Amino acid sequence: MSHITISDASLRDGNHSVRHTISKESIIKYCEFAERSNIPIIEVGHGNGLGASSILIGKSKVSDFDVLTAAKSVLINTKLGVHSIPGLSTISKDIKPAIDCGVDVFRIATHCTESTLSKTHIEFLKNNSKIVHGVLMMSALIDVKELVYQAKIMESYGAEAVIIMDSTGTYIPKNINERIKALCQELSVPVGFHGHNNLGLSVANSLVAVENGASIIDACICGFGAGAGNTPLEIIVPVLEKSGYSTNILFEEVIKEADNVLNYLVPNIPVPHAVNILTGLYKLFSGFEKPILKASKLYNLEYSSLIFELGNRKLVAGQEDLIIEIARNLKNQM
Amino acid sequence: MKNVAILGTGNIGTDLLVKLCKLGYKNLSFVGRREDSPSIQIARTMGVNTSSLGINYFLNNNNFDVVFDCTNALDAKENYELLKSLKIKVIDLTPAKLGDICVPCINGDIFVNSDNINMITCGGQASLPLINAIDECTDGINYIEVVSQISSKSAGMSTRINIDNYIETTEFAIKKFSKTKDCKVILNINPAEPCVDMQTTIFLEIPNLEKINFEQIVSNVYGRLKEVKEYVPYYELIIPPMINEQEVMMLSVKVRGTGDFLPEYAGNLDIINCAAIRMLDIL
Repeated sequence: MSHITISDASLRDGNHSVRHTISKESIIKYCEFAERSNIPIIEVGHGNGLGASSILIGKSKVSDFDVLTAAKSVLINTKLGVHSIPGLSTISKDIKPAIDCGVDVFRIATHCTESTLSKTHIEFLKNNSKIVHGVLMMSALIDVKELVYQAKIMESYGAEAVIIMDSTGTYIPKNINERIKALCQELSVPVGFHGHNNLGLSVANSLVAVENGASIIDACICGFGAGAGNTPLEIIVPVLEKSGYSTNILFEEVIKEADNVLNYLVPNIPVPHAVNILTGLYKLFSGFEKPILKASKLYNLEYSSLIFELGNRKLVAGQEDLIIEIARNLKNQM
Repeated sequence: MKNVAILGTGNIGTDLLVKLCKLGYKNLSFVGRREDSPSIQIARTMGVNTSSLGINYFLNNNNFDVVFDCTNALDAKENYELLKSLKIKVIDLTPAKLGDICVPCINGDIFVNSDNINMITCGGQASLPLINAIDECTDGINYIEVVSQISSKSAGMSTRINIDNYIETTEFAIKKFSKTKDCKVILNINPAEPCVDMQTTIFLEIPNLEKINFEQIVSNVYGRLKEVKEYVPYYELIIPPMINEQEVMMLSVKVRGTGDFLPEYAGNLDIINCAAIRMLDIL
């Protein structure tokens, strides 16, 4: 029975849906759950990772240092992970302090075409004997060949696994089949998949990913994450077990927590709203949901027309400032 | 006329080469490390003296007044040591943060005796004149955030490897040219096609916002904009200073280039190269 490593992103991706306000108490409570239910890796931090707290993307209620210290205080067997995007974070301001906080797994993420930006960060972590994974965000924007090429670049820098993110929630199982198969054939390191649920396919896509050789799957409790949410932990764990894969995660703890988190962590269980379906179809970053709704309200626009325009402009994560400008231009043209 | 060399044959170095040739600089050398570099070929066809010996070229050719260092933050340190010993001035276009930081329209006149002029970064050259103009009209700024986007095609491998140096050098310069103690710099490299223009957005958290003289800020910003335009022609304010719903002042500039090496979208090359050429003229 092959083993699948679940990386729990609830305390990182979930922060997108509550404007980066997850409290220290909630972090501690959820990490205690992760520990007792044998979750192997838990990612913690601002929705866009280390050093991302900003006016542009949203300021964190609690600093990186405080969230990592709080999480680490209760974790023993569960590894502490962070997401980190070069351009937002730097080695000396963010990564070194995170090492000092006891972070075990570093996931260095770039836009899917920009893997070369990860070179110095991956090499630094590798030289410091940290577990380092490469992450290709918005991976639905490029074709299979380009995706394999970019993943191999991260592998060549020393990434010990490469995870592709469906940050836009665009994939259908056929896409995953083709992509994960190609990545597993071409890479000698483990391949992972991070799904979003814009088209209601996060679990199906994750299952197809493991059937094609992926061995790391990202999931969030109740799908707590950006936009339409992520692959729900309480669904993917039993689905994988039923399909003949092991996760070593204690399902009875997970299913209890799926109720409990509604009291302290997850204010609303994410579902694919019309706006999420549209951003999924137009290949826009799931984290754009709130800025899109804000800008269309500000300029009294139909959000569908704004989404259509943003899709044409191929906006990438981190360009939140352009959403307002594009909305304003759209209004002026009307 | 000064005897000038460009060291480094990436996007920045090659754009600078084309610009200096267009301006009629005659005593110009173009120094790289690879004989087969396409940019070395470009320089040859333009009739410019070339070498592929890298920094070692200057050991036997020390009759230069100024070297533009367009390599990378790591090499720039060693280059500076050698060039200093040869008494050659360096205008540093890497984010190595070696010499005193320089924005021509703010402090361009103080470098006559400097042996290393630090041109900061493209995002620094785009944002600092305006930050400084606003800072002059306030008693203090609590926090400044500068977000730049540049096109993926304009970001060569040195820019990518030096992304941390870019952020740290720009943040250092913001603290130097304003009263703020806290700032954050973000760089987004955007692969969209057609390529995106360089754009820089500045957010400022100013205390007692109700007491500031907004008109004075706007007029100071436009004044400074005009000064920058003297050496960077397509430097344009696309969001004039405004207060957003979070009580934060924001403004945004777009920088297009003259399309000398890379097309017009690569304003990030132009803004730092035009600033560097301005310094060559001042020296």
